[in-house]
Amino acid sequence: MMLKHIGILLAGLVFAGVAQASLSSTVPLMPVDIDWHDQGALQRGAKMYMNYCSGCHSLKYMRYNRMARDLGLTTFDGDVDTGILQSNLIFTQARIHDPIEISMPATDARQWFGVVPPDLSLIARKRSPSWLYTYLHSFYDDASKPFGVNNMLFPDVAMPNVLASLYGKRVPVRESQEKNAAISHLVRVADGSMTEQEYNRSIQDLVTFLAYVAEPVKLERQRIGMFVLAFLAVFLVIVYLLKSLYWKKLKQK
Amino acid sequence: MSGLSNWIEERFPLMSTWKKHISEYYAPKNFNFLYFFGSLAMLVLVNQLLTGVWLTMFYTPTAKDAFSSVEYIMRDVNYGWLLRYMHSTGASAFFIVVYLHMFRALLYGSYQRPRELVWLLGMGLFILLLAEAFFGYLLPWGQMSYWGAQVITSLFGAIPYVGDSLVTWLRGDYHVSNATLQRFFALHIVAIPMLIIGLVYLHIVALHKVGSNNPEGIEIKKHLDEQGRPLDGIPFHPYYTLKDSVGSLIFLMIFFAIVFFAPEMGGYFLEHDNFTPADPMVTPDLIAPSWYMTPFYSILRAIPNKLLGVVAMGASILLLLFLPWLDNSPVKSMRYKGRLSRIALLVFVVSIICLGYLGTVGLTPVRQILARVFAVLYFAYFLLMPFYSRWESSLPVPERIEK
Repeated sequence: MMLKHIGILLAGLVFAGVAQASLSSTVPLMPVDIDWHDQGALQRGAKMYMNYCSGCHSLKYMRYNRMARDLGLTTFDGDVDTGILQSNLIFTQARIHDPIEISMPATDARQWFGVVPPDLSLIARKRSPSWLYTYLHSFYDDASKPFGVNNMLFPDVAMPNVLASLYGKRVPVRESQEKNAAISHLVRVADGSMTEQEYNRSIQDLVTFLAYVAEPVKLERQRIGMFVLAFLAVFLVIVYLLKSLYWKKLKQK
Repeated sequence: MSGLSNWIEERFPLMSTWKKHISEYYAPKNFNFLYFFGSLAMLVLVNQLLTGVWLTMFYTPTAKDAFSSVEYIMRDVNYGWLLRYMHSTGASAFFIVVYLHMFRALLYGSYQRPRELVWLLGMGLFILLLAEAFFGYLLPWGQMSYWGAQVITSLFGAIPYVGDSLVTWLRGDYHVSNATLQRFFALHIVAIPMLIIGLVYLHIVALHKVGSNNPEGIEIKKHLDEQGRPLDGIPFHPYYTLKDSVGSLIFLMIFFAIVFFAPEMGGYFLEHDNFTPADPMVTPDLIAPSWYMTPFYSILRAIPNKLLGVVAMGASILLLLFLPWLDNSPVKSMRYKGRLSRIALLVFVVSIICLGYLGTVGLTPVRQILARVFAVLYFAYFLLMPFYSRWESSLPVPERIEK
């Protein structure tokens, strides 16, 4: 019985491995520049997130006040600017120390989408910024799906294209005439409220924000790291000189 | 001052132990950089123990809260991220250091007579370290933690007759669950660390009884001065304490460069899939153990029969225990061994690296064939050793260490 289970597991591994190899080769990821120091981009990304994503996707490991402080939403004294935060980025009953949760009940979510929309606190570390950027560029119209859209990078994803009004309309170009042939690329057939460049910029901001949310401590980590390495380098020189001093005595013997 | 030290010395062997094991422990004078890795393993062990204690203060070992408590450490605990990255990087660093330490033993024949027990105790430590890493890897309760534990525990199911019951007994449930997490936590933070500390102590006691080997493979105890000190030896303190300090600082610079600038190490030290909480209903696309276990995992996957695969994987680790009795060479160091031994060691190292890589990626028919070839080469290193080490002609070993 157990042997069978392992058999299935191992067979699953083999197929999953092969499937993954073929999957990742078909949709190349689009490169995206992430500037962690660009507070403007982070603020625009946060705005975009709160307006378009936060209805369904929580960021439950991120607190509002931490986000506000790191994004520069502070008063002259360096405290979090509660007014700006509450009137622009908090759309729920949450207080500023609370984590970023959603109000949608899980049972409703399951009924509407089939799954509970995942928490996105760590999505940029699980996938990658490029993956997210490509994903939000890969929706296309597909009448066979419940929400009328499908995704080239993540086929049959349950998520509707919430950015459709900005993104416009795209249709797939298939590699051959057959109905289910592989999609080679997407073509933009109607503009949304944003031009293509504006849309790219906005998604770049959004992905930058999500990358920040996945590891808010990254900039501090790198700053401290410089000091630690500098200290170790100086200490290394001193210890090396001391060691040489002793070992020189040894050679004279 | 001497009054106090005499008072202590009459009641506790403080100064005499210091002299015997540090200031008057004579080590060969020709250690090269490969001899850093023993003391570095101690350094990493201390790092793991200290960061581990602090992580335990904030971690919650339940299936419901484990993942969240790790993110709590990463975000809300002051410098919790630093403790966690030092611990996760330390786990990988431990294996890098220990693998190089073991490679040094293979290269200079440090397992040979009279150091068989040093080698066996060291192998015991290596097996404990694998167990420690395996138990610890479940604790973040991410997808890869969960499914890695699921696959590895299921291996015991390959044992005939008792396999199924054994797996249930080990997990404390029919699948990896809260019960499994809690027992792995207990083993990871109490049982295995205590055994490791005990065995490290024995490893060093055994080493200091027989004395350290060296890159030349010359026994320095053969030539003593009037006071009975080895002519080619130097006191461990201050010479090697200082030299090891230099090595430790270089190591720490590399270590902290990873901790502060690349803690995920491209997905090898912290896997991308482990940033998703464990979900028993969703199997990840590719389940692979951490990089330091992938050579053995590759051997397991290379064999089509599950029971034989598990046996082969176990054998690939246990064969190392028999090295002192497989090596028939009259000399220790690779510097004086013949061409066959050198080729065999090279092939062995290449096999391990290739098996390790193959274990991190999905299987394709070509990779499967490659894994089988390297698995055969891996075993050939051990099983043919009694023959090639006897047949080859070795060079004469000098009586004294030059320089």
